[in-house]
Amino acid sequence: MISFILARFARAVIVLVLAVTFVFVILRVSGDPAEQMLGDLASPEAIAIVRANWGLDKSIPEQFLIYAGNALHGDFGVSTTDGRPVFTIIAERVPKTLIITISSFLLTVLLGVPIGILTAVRRGSAADKAVMTGAVVGYSVPSFLLGVGIIFLFAVWLRVLPSSGSSTWQHAVLPILTGTLAGAAGISRFVRSAMIDILDQPYIAAARADGVPEWEIILRHALPNAAIPLVTLLGFSAGGLLGGSVLIETVFAWPGLGSGFSQAVSYGNLTVVQAMVLTFTAFMVTINLTVDILYAVLNPKIRLQGNDAS
Amino acid sequence: MTQAKPAALPKNRHWFAGIGMPASIWLCCVWIAIVILIGITTQWITPFDYQQQSPLARFAAPGALPGHLLGTDYIGRDLLSNLLVATQTSLMIALAGSLICAVIGTSLGMAAAHFGGWIDNLIMGFADAMSSVPFMIIALGTLAFFGSSPVLFVFLVGIASWERYARLTRGLVMSANQEGYAEAARIVGVPSRRIYLRHILPNIAGPLIVQLTVNFPEIILLESGLSFLGLGIRPPATSLGLMVADGRNYLVIAWWLTALPGAVIVLTTLSISLLGDFLRDRFDARLR
Repeated sequence: MISFILARFARAVIVLVLAVTFVFVILRVSGDPAEQMLGDLASPEAIAIVRANWGLDKSIPEQFLIYAGNALHGDFGVSTTDGRPVFTIIAERVPKTLIITISSFLLTVLLGVPIGILTAVRRGSAADKAVMTGAVVGYSVPSFLLGVGIIFLFAVWLRVLPSSGSSTWQHAVLPILTGTLAGAAGISRFVRSAMIDILDQPYIAAARADGVPEWEIILRHALPNAAIPLVTLLGFSAGGLLGGSVLIETVFAWPGLGSGFSQAVSYGNLTVVQAMVLTFTAFMVTINLTVDILYAVLNPKIRLQGNDAS
Repeated sequence: MTQAKPAALPKNRHWFAGIGMPASIWLCCVWIAIVILIGITTQWITPFDYQQQSPLARFAAPGALPGHLLGTDYIGRDLLSNLLVATQTSLMIALAGSLICAVIGTSLGMAAAHFGGWIDNLIMGFADAMSSVPFMIIALGTLAFFGSSPVLFVFLVGIASWERYARLTRGLVMSANQEGYAEAARIVGVPSRRIYLRHILPNIAGPLIVQLTVNFPEIILLESGLSFLGLGIRPPATSLGLMVADGRNYLVIAWWLTALPGAVIVLTTLSISLLGDFLRDRFDARLR
């Protein structure tokens, strides 16, 4: 198991190195950053100054080493729109995004998994059909539209919650609700079909014949077997929430990474964009690594591998 | 060639023979047909030029003004005309995107299966890397670095999930290569390219078409999401996502500006998803 985890860890590091390289290369390929920053009307002297300031007059490999070294220290340069250090901008946005993403994720699991189990057990009932219809609809509604609908319901019509900003805890409710609903639809559908497959297995029938109570069959025999594919799916859904934060945070004017990213793209603020890409990649690499480790812990085939060797 | 036919028949016959469709799937088909019809005939059926403004007739509710069936928006443009043009744009982009995605993914999947070795590793490694980061992030990064142009945008939407086609095709081609007909064609000296395009592709088309129905609504959602952020389709062109983004500023006084394009997005993606689910359950166990 240790070697499996180490291999995954090495892969995570490789992905990060590739991402840094990719961002660097693409930034240089897409044109002279100094000219892009200053626009067409800038004088050659101004461009020369910016180039010297940013180290753009050095050779490409040298620039890359400097860039990678700075990135390791968390130095991503300064924002091209307001001159603040990019690291500060990212650092103040990360917690905002984590609040929304982690809360949505936990609620998604707490809502989606039980619903999936219950609908699988009560397969074919009216409740099952209603919930699954809801899940299919939820799957087809884009998150930004769901957000707009939720704003209309709670902020415009009922007037009980604020629709944009992040000054009080109430402001977090609607974005979290949007993220949760968007994620729970997929998870409940998945848990349901995984549970249905497992509940049809012979060993479940054997346990039933043995007189094991139904709740124990579900919790002790069926659920652990659904856990492995579920962990993979949860990884995807955490990634989906993170990617979806771009839309959800924009809808609710929530000042996190997602809305910051889309603004930076609109303004062509490339230093912020590259740091954002790296931050999102780092989060995704962490999520994928966690999934891999959980996978190794849950899956006896991998868990017991190391023990055989030793 | 003739030897290949009997092996192909049993699989393909399902696609034509008795499909018992429930009513909900029929409704989906009807909606999809309407949307396709709109996509084709937009130029002739829009009651107004979709950009024509009339400041005196702003924010008319649906049915409030004669002529403007679905009302008007914040600068008095006819909502129905806008909706029709936007539907067409979104549909065209999703269609082009889906085709690009299918062609790129299928070709790379075939290449991976055919060459094996390091080419296989390279293609599949790239596929893994792409699927490990949400595509929204990749898309925004690309748009930031290369600027937004319609061609780039369509291409970007098109490469969104090529890796799924690649994985699927690779697996299907590998198992098809084991089957008698491909081997037979190879023995009589049919060139590889011809074997893939004429013999294997028709045999593995079923799962790929199902993948297309799964993929299409996702591309519509991606396109509308990017346009909603103002990074996809830009004015004076219009798309469903852009209409939602425009309309949400007037949510309090004119709900229809957001609700109607939103409804078209949801109904379309929902219909195609349901149809795709139905086809998948019906014809293909591999994707379940």
